[in-house]
Amino acid sequence: MNTIIFRTIAPLIVATMLVFSVYVCLRGHNEPGGGFIGGLIGAAAIGVFGMASGVATVRQALRVDPMAIAGFGVFLAGFTGVLSLFTASPFMTSIWLYLPIGETTIPLSTPLFFDIGVYCVVFGTISAIALALESDREEEL
Amino acid sequence: MATPTPTTDLPQAMIEAMTPAADWVIVLPIVFGLMGAAALLTMRRSNSTPLLVALAVVFAIIACEVTLLLRVLADGPVSMTMGKWLPPFGISLTADIFSAAFALGAAVVTAIVLVYAEIDRGDAQEADTFHAMVLLLLAGVTGAFLTGDLFNLYVWFEVMLIASFGLIVFGGRPIQLDGAVKYGFLNFLATTFFLLALGLLYGLLGTVNMADIMRVAPAANPAAMAGVAALLLLAFGMKAAAFPVNAWLPASYHTPPASVSALFAGLLTKVGAYAMLRALVAVLPGSRDLLEPVMAMIAISTLVIGPLGAIAETNLRRAVGFIVIGGIGTIMAGLSMPSLLGVAGAGLYIFHALFTMTALYMIAGLVEKRTGATDSRQMGGLYAASGSISVIFLVLVLAAAGVPPFLGFWPKLLLLEAGFSQGATGPAPGTVGVVLVIALLVNAVLTLIAGARLWGHIFWRSGPIDAAPSDAPRLLAPLTGRGRVGYAATAVLTALIVVAGLWPEPVMQGARLAAGDIVDPARYVEAVGLAGETP
Repeated sequence: MNTIIFRTIAPLIVATMLVFSVYVCLRGHNEPGGGFIGGLIGAAAIGVFGMASGVATVRQALRVDPMAIAGFGVFLAGFTGVLSLFTASPFMTSIWLYLPIGETTIPLSTPLFFDIGVYCVVFGTISAIALALESDREEEL
Repeated sequence: MATPTPTTDLPQAMIEAMTPAADWVIVLPIVFGLMGAAALLTMRRSNSTPLLVALAVVFAIIACEVTLLLRVLADGPVSMTMGKWLPPFGISLTADIFSAAFALGAAVVTAIVLVYAEIDRGDAQEADTFHAMVLLLLAGVTGAFLTGDLFNLYVWFEVMLIASFGLIVFGGRPIQLDGAVKYGFLNFLATTFFLLALGLLYGLLGTVNMADIMRVAPAANPAAMAGVAALLLLAFGMKAAAFPVNAWLPASYHTPPASVSALFAGLLTKVGAYAMLRALVAVLPGSRDLLEPVMAMIAISTLVIGPLGAIAETNLRRAVGFIVIGGIGTIMAGLSMPSLLGVAGAGLYIFHALFTMTALYMIAGLVEKRTGATDSRQMGGLYAASGSISVIFLVLVLAAAGVPPFLGFWPKLLLLEAGFSQGATGPAPGTVGVVLVIALLVNAVLTLIAGARLWGHIFWRSGPIDAAPSDAPRLLAPLTGRGRVGYAATAVLTALIVVAGLWPEPVMQGARLAAGDIVDPARYVEAVGLAGETP
């Protein structure tokens, strides 16, 4: 897989996929998309990057351990659910905040952050698996 | 921009009333478990005391569950439907006495096993995911006990499967991978059957909320519902390791460290048994009646084959695995006699097995540590080295066999009573109840033989099987440091079992009350908020 063509193109593909994964995650609230599919696209980008430049480079570029990203995702998703404790409603009731900026209104909501949590879980878990499969030696997961 | 409000007469879909913060005790145990596991996973490189964090989380869970249990005992079942959707649209968590008590028992057992697990861990603490996985397992088990929604139960089964798969390969010895493949594949198959049953159920009834199913199931096609119930019986039977789908348990439970097998033996098979109790006896009683002969057959064969396997086995932890299977037969016997007494006996046995089976694996781990062997033929002479370990082992064997006054006796007493009363007054007088009673007694005797044989080999014999009788007793290295911690944890758990056995009135009373809610689920349906409406 380590041809020069692949290695040259890979960063371009990876960058496009990562941006697209965020886009898919954010549009997911009302249109096809969402955290799960976004996370999969992001993890696929990490997989491609790992094939092109080696696992060590990817781990360095990620800075954070992928499993820690996954853990953070679960934590974030759980936290957005707990927030509804303060509105006297059951667990996971959505809370909306309409933020007027200039002429538009940006709807912020707990489901959005829940979805970002899902994105982190899928991205972290699948990246960890992809990197473990791509590494040649038995390294610490 | 004013949108015209639609005037169509849609039924109400959202809960309007405020939810008091006190209701959150039902969801917080699960949230704490999940978020605790997530936090430990995130901080695993920088956190040097994962045990303390995990214990703090488990104690918070215990506090919530004690509150929940007290409230359920006082006011009847508690329910909360997520996201303000009205049931059956939202996912309901519903706790009655059995689910709250089992969840509490699971959390207590987890706390003790977390301490005990120090015995298997090296002094050089590596950054690993053991404690995170244990918390994830506890979250899955708690969710399975507290949920009031069959599809949600499937989700918690998957959570448990992920966590237990992570735990069983912990350490990565080849034998563990062998055990993990058997365990993982068969449990995955079981959850697939469960999912198939759920698909059929949703197609037939249009709902997966347990309380809602109770209302609409009697009107559905009984033949189709019996098919669904048979699939559920197969799926949960595999999870619980009932005969003839029990082979995965003795093939896998002895491979991970003793602390992990203790946790599995206490929690996982009991969740399968609880799911059977909930889904077949409480939710689909009509279909259960059709399956009753099958369930009685399963109960009888599991009761007899479990301890027979234990007698034939020389590997200590595999033998204990067969005793666990025999216990599942006891629960199945209760489910085959769904009178108040039978259900109370089955539920109380699940509660007893949560503690006793965990303790049995813990003491087996201690024995393995002292003797340095896993096969009972290589052990021996432990009585001379440690009187207290041999006493604890004997007490736990007696408790598992159901000898009075230990905890295991009381659920069996309820079941014997149920068997005799069914024999006298049941719809099919005589046979089934009496045969189940005989099977229960045979099970007790066989378990006693298996346990006594193990005890004789490990403790009484002066040395390994090939040692000459004239040889001086072996000198076994005493437990040090971490080993003593594990020993103390085992002693505490055994003390709990002995105290509960000597003073059984609270648990007996609780089991009878809880069985009332299973046999007549009116209060359960009302708590979810579905009573009074016609489907």
